[in-house]
Amino acid sequence: MKILYQSIVFALVILTTHKSYPNDEPVYFTDKNQEQRYYLLIEEIRCLVCQNQSLADSNAPLAQDLRNEIFKMIKSEKSNNQITEFLVERYGDFVLYRPPLNDNTWLLWFGPFLFLIIAITTAIIFIKKQSQNNTIDN
Amino acid sequence: MIRYLFPLTIFIGLTVLFIYGLQNDPRYVPSPLINKIAPKFTLPTLHNPESNISINDIKGTVSLINVWASWCIACRLEHSVLNEAVKKYHLTLYGLNYKDKRTNALIWLENLGNPYIESAYDEYGNTGIDYGVYGVPETFLLDKKGVIRYKHIGPIDKRQLDDIIMPLIKELEQEK
Repeated sequence: MKILYQSIVFALVILTTHKSYPNDEPVYFTDKNQEQRYYLLIEEIRCLVCQNQSLADSNAPLAQDLRNEIFKMIKSEKSNNQITEFLVERYGDFVLYRPPLNDNTWLLWFGPFLFLIIAITTAIIFIKKQSQNNTIDN
Repeated sequence: MIRYLFPLTIFIGLTVLFIYGLQNDPRYVPSPLINKIAPKFTLPTLHNPESNISINDIKGTVSLINVWASWCIACRLEHSVLNEAVKKYHLTLYGLNYKDKRTNALIWLENLGNPYIESAYDEYGNTGIDYGVYGVPETFLLDKKGVIRYKHIGPIDKRQLDDIIMPLIKELEQEK
């Protein structure tokens, strides 16, 4: 029981503590909307140094620089599209956690459906065979 | 028979796929800047804060821009290769000193030798961002028109220099 309480308190502390980025310049927004966009964007951009982390997660110096860059761009009224374009021009589509649909990525987008179709067809063939066998046995 | 062959083929197929996957370097991210004009920059030189170097000073000959820093351990490995390369070959090698302390960088060059014609001093890493730098050392190969034709990520070793970079430079030098 004690352990349960402790873990609940621990979880609450973790969940309610605001994310902070130790070496960053502090970010101040006067506009709530801009602030939301900032936090969304840094979640959706990949850090190229620690490739499985977003800019929001990573402590790599490059992630700090890019967070800073995004902050500045939002402050200077750049749109989300302009910001992602800025990053893609320099680092390629790889920086986006949501890859765009193009020649290189169509298999990534439609592959799962392809596998689904294969799975369903296999299942149908299998079931048909089984029921045929059953009728023969009976 | 098919009952056994089916899982076996799947197994072999996956093995081939995994072996192929293991050969790939996940840290290698193809640069969107290949075959594009090298991004503009104007930066103070490392040796003299009063004087500037810009991309226009580099354009005109086939040249290498090597992104380095004194805090970068892999750069130390690469440095001896670069030192030897400029002695052995006719190379136009520029440095981009990335997010470094000027004094540290200067001491580094003094101790280990300076293969660069000039190093640009990118104190805050802004030019680095424009060049899509994410892992120092990185090296860009520019043709005579200032178009980036090749990018090397990580330290260049002797073999890569002789087998990949030098042949490419010779090829680019043939272009008008």
